[in-house]
Amino acid sequence: MGGWIALIVIAIVALALIVLYNSLVGLKNQVDAAWRQIDVQLKRRHDLIPNLVEAVKGYMQFERQTLTQVVEARGRAISAPDQGARMQAENQLSAGLGRLLAVIENYPQLKADQNVLRLQEELTTTENQIAFSRQAYNDAVLSYNTRVQSFPANLIANNFGFLPATYFQAAPGDEAVPKVDLSMGGAGSQA
Amino acid sequence: MAVSFWQWERTNRRQTALLVGIFIILFCLLGLGLDFVFGNLRVGPQGLNGFPFLTIAALIVALVQTFISYYGGAGLILASVHATPLQADSDRHKIVLNVIEEMRLAARMPPIKAYVMADPAPNAFATGRDPRHSVICVTQGLIDMMDREQLQGVIGHEMAHIRDYDIRTMMMIAVLVGGIAMLADFLARWMWFGGFGAMGGRNQRDRDNDQGQAGVLIAVAVFVLAAISPILCQLLAMAVARQREYLADAGSVEFTRNPRALLRALEQIAATESPLKDASRGTAHLFIVNPREGLREDDREGFFDNLFSTHPPLPRRIQRLRAMLDGPAGANASPAPA
Repeated sequence: MGGWIALIVIAIVALALIVLYNSLVGLKNQVDAAWRQIDVQLKRRHDLIPNLVEAVKGYMQFERQTLTQVVEARGRAISAPDQGARMQAENQLSAGLGRLLAVIENYPQLKADQNVLRLQEELTTTENQIAFSRQAYNDAVLSYNTRVQSFPANLIANNFGFLPATYFQAAPGDEAVPKVDLSMGGAGSQA
Repeated sequence: MAVSFWQWERTNRRQTALLVGIFIILFCLLGLGLDFVFGNLRVGPQGLNGFPFLTIAALIVALVQTFISYYGGAGLILASVHATPLQADSDRHKIVLNVIEEMRLAARMPPIKAYVMADPAPNAFATGRDPRHSVICVTQGLIDMMDREQLQGVIGHEMAHIRDYDIRTMMMIAVLVGGIAMLADFLARWMWFGGFGAMGGRNQRDRDNDQGQAGVLIAVAVFVLAAISPILCQLLAMAVARQREYLADAGSVEFTRNPRALLRALEQIAATESPLKDASRGTAHLFIVNPREGLREDDREGFFDNLFSTHPPLPRRIQRLRAMLDGPAGANASPAPA
């Protein structure tokens, strides 16, 4: 009788462990998937930039520096040796593109160009998709970390190497760039 | 946040199963009633005699209809509102497709198909059996009227319905309740033109009056049930739908991190009052704002005001969003991508 009870208790505990372990795997995979999603969007942005630069450079002789910054940041991001350097370059690229999009507003000829308008929309949505992917990644990290750190999952997590994931930190000032520049660009173009 | 959404998804799965169960039982009861009417089943001295052909037929019809509703419901709904796939054939359409992609990334959903209705009233709905087989349908009016931020708010609301599996429950309600209403209609007509006559003739032949009366009583009870069940189903659907709208509004803010997006969209919808042509009673509860009601001026939310309404009053929803904007959620929200 006592043996049966012990057996049942062991079975229940084993089942609970399996369920907990699998839920951790599921959440971890969601974090990984969300991270890859950011990567997809960043690559898409890399592919868009040459087209945009090609389309606008004829009009923008006076904005050489903005264009150069964007092209260089893209180059650094593609050839970055490690993840940290890459993220830094991507953040600079975000800032540069934000400035470029704002500056385009100052050129009436550019705004009349269908090709440029289409590229501008592509870039706007790509920037948004990057931002929303980061947000989704951080949401996934929040769910995962909460599970990893709370009882009783933390007992399994510690023994099977489920480490807390790191949040995606935007570079300081990065996210504020589009808004600030847009308002300045709007005022400048009217003058 | 994540916990409540899992719970809500489970609630939705349970409610859908319950709905389908009620639907199948109702059909079988109807078949049983018809079996008594036609004399396939008779109450005899030793209990029930005969074989319930029609009950079994009804069970098969109900199962087939459930199957069709589950796998083809989204297509039926899209056809009933004359929606066509949204193509990237104009700059505005391209923006809508882009915004759908943005919001599905924020919601961590698989790619979502987009449809458009050629209607000038601004409105939108989502449907499908699960996120992988879901569509978002917007009206041309919404596309023409809304800027990017407002579109994010509206699409975010629909994305929340998709994530929470509201779409499955609401789709099954739309298709099954529509089916029951049609059947009840058909039976009512059939009973007036010939049903009673056939019944009377058979009763006379049967000689045994008690037996005939028992059959008639059962048949009448079943038909009364059939007559009120569409209304009951409708009431259930409406009660369930109203709460979902508030939750999807909150979900939209969760994805955009920007209460202003949906707030501005709803305000604009409130300012343009034009009913949607192709929305029927069966599909009204799917839309982001009730397409048939127009805007109700008052914002009362009492029991009787709401009994037959699929949506909470628009002013009440706007008020809740404004509270989020002023409250801690709005203040702490990270700057949203515009």
